[in-house]
Amino acid sequence: MSILVNNETRLIVQGLTGREGSFHAAQMLDYGTNIVAGVTPGKGGQKHLGVPVFDTVKEAKEATDANASIIYVPARFAGDAILEATAAGLDLVVCITEGIPVLDMITVKAFVDQHPTRLIGPNCPGLISPGQAKVGIMPGFIHQPGPVGVVSRSGTLTYEAVFALSNKGIGQSTVVGIGGDPIIGTKFIDVLELFEKDPDTKAVVMIGEIGGTDEEIAAEYIKNHMTKPVVGFIAGRTAPPGKRMGHAGAIISGGKGTAAEKIKALEAAGVPVASHPEEIAELIAERL
Amino acid sequence: MKLHEFQAKRIFAKHGVPIPEGDVATTPEEARAIAERIGGPVVVKAQVLVGGRGKAGGVKLAKTPEEAEAKAREILGMDIKGLTVKKVLIDPAADIQDEIYLGMIIDRARQRVVMMASSEGGVDIEEVAATKPEAIKKVLIDPFLGMRSYQAIEIASGIGLEKGQFRQFTKIATGLYNAFLASDAELAEINPLVVQGDGSLLAVDGKMVLDDNGLFRHPDLAQMRDLDEEDPAETTAREAGLSYIKLDGEIGCMVNGAGLAMATMDIVKHYGGEPANFLDIGGGADATKVATALEIILSDPNVKAVLVNIFGGITRCDEVAKGLLQAIEEVQPDVPFVIRLVGTNEEEGRALLAEANFPTARTLAEAAQMAVAAARGKLK
Repeated sequence: MSILVNNETRLIVQGLTGREGSFHAAQMLDYGTNIVAGVTPGKGGQKHLGVPVFDTVKEAKEATDANASIIYVPARFAGDAILEATAAGLDLVVCITEGIPVLDMITVKAFVDQHPTRLIGPNCPGLISPGQAKVGIMPGFIHQPGPVGVVSRSGTLTYEAVFALSNKGIGQSTVVGIGGDPIIGTKFIDVLELFEKDPDTKAVVMIGEIGGTDEEIAAEYIKNHMTKPVVGFIAGRTAPPGKRMGHAGAIISGGKGTAAEKIKALEAAGVPVASHPEEIAELIAERL
Repeated sequence: MKLHEFQAKRIFAKHGVPIPEGDVATTPEEARAIAERIGGPVVVKAQVLVGGRGKAGGVKLAKTPEEAEAKAREILGMDIKGLTVKKVLIDPAADIQDEIYLGMIIDRARQRVVMMASSEGGVDIEEVAATKPEAIKKVLIDPFLGMRSYQAIEIASGIGLEKGQFRQFTKIATGLYNAFLASDAELAEINPLVVQGDGSLLAVDGKMVLDDNGLFRHPDLAQMRDLDEEDPAETTAREAGLSYIKLDGEIGCMVNGAGLAMATMDIVKHYGGEPANFLDIGGGADATKVATALEIILSDPNVKAVLVNIFGGITRCDEVAKGLLQAIEEVQPDVPFVIRLVGTNEEEGRALLAEANFPTARTLAEAAQMAVAAARGKLK
């Protein structure tokens, strides 16, 4: 079992014929993800990597009965791509694109919220249910199926944690990268709730970083609603205030969003917080 | 990207917000000429992209043009928190009866633009939030509706403005919102918004931070970036598409991915070192990009050792190792390196580095400890 994506996921790749889209679609196909269509406006009717290409998401969905999409289009068009996939009625939209203006995302998110579609990202590595479907840019081979759910705002840091888990023989149910932007479609609490309900997830790793208050909100949720063990990690203990640490959302502003506050909130909720990424796997092993 | 006070206020003015009719000077003589033109007392204000300039002596009142020239001479060239003052704004002194705060930011938790105001103007809003939160009135703005007049009036009434001022306040609040939207801002602040003797409102100070991701839509605003106020290494990095932030420590860090880069800095500190920088080289690791990154790290004279931490996912570790070796060959650094590669083909990658006599580490903990030892000259 898993959450959000599995072997029944029928995926559209928006931006399939572009450089990024093409490269990662090939990797996803290799992993066994069921890519049923690509969308590139103006290239409808072609085939790319053996996948039929459509001009619009609506046409692609009607022709293939797709239920999810992944977006690899440049930042200035990505907001529109999310709106299109949402309007077409897909269940899940994953936006990999980094650099979407935050005011665009406020409008896009407000639109998505009025629809049943779930958005993951933007500025995220996507998600993977090991052995079933990879909908993202993560290296598939480091994952293995198993009982641990992982949710993270980061990319390579997540791979690091997953790699450490797999090296200890601990597999993952689903690994979800929710993205490093200030405005994102799916937050920690949304994914924690899904993991709590998923019978095959036995423990959860939550990887946060400086900026915003989503980790604090998640800590409150864990305290009140989670029965499964959660292990935390927060990046940015040494980050200076007022500086954006790579991710648009990773900034301590007005004294808010520090690692210390987040660690304190998690520990108060009974969540052990690893002091470095490799320790995450050790803490999980003790709790399985 | 932060804007200077005079830049922010000029943007506000374009959207109908009343501002003092001042101008910017780069020399004391210019300051005097502006003060002469204004007539009457003026305020000479340092234009630096850092808070607390008033306390640092960067804002001074001058009663005459001669005095304005003298004050400008004192302030120009002054060092405020490590930044040299190169410009001063000369504004007519306002007739201040009362000061209020008006600001607009992005509320991440509510996923909306929020407008905030407080009757406690002239002080940091964070300070008010901590000591007197009830003094802050907020409205969330629906992205589909924009800011509405009733919301401005709610705020005006909430902070105790006179009824006669509602109309002008609404115009200012709407102007600030329009300036925010039109500039792709993530923060816009008027602090203080001054209530003058005749009851009219005037935006005496302004602050704006723009969303870097929105700058592609605003080439005119992008040009306002003041390179004098940015660390030169950060400018080089930005232009090379690298994310670099200089810190005060001695261990240079080169990492792929922002989260992992932060985690690497944290573990350096955990083992008793101090990180010299944050640097995310992004996906892949071609030799040119790595070489640029190395040059940037080594341009900091405090760096005594460099820790390279790369998670080789889709880019294989042996390729990363080749890129690293080529870049190191090119840059010829004279400080020790500790390299940690993990992921696809890590054994092959490590073997390549070992052949070239570079210390490699398997775990991040081990790498951080080695880097700390190397910086102290104790790495065998």
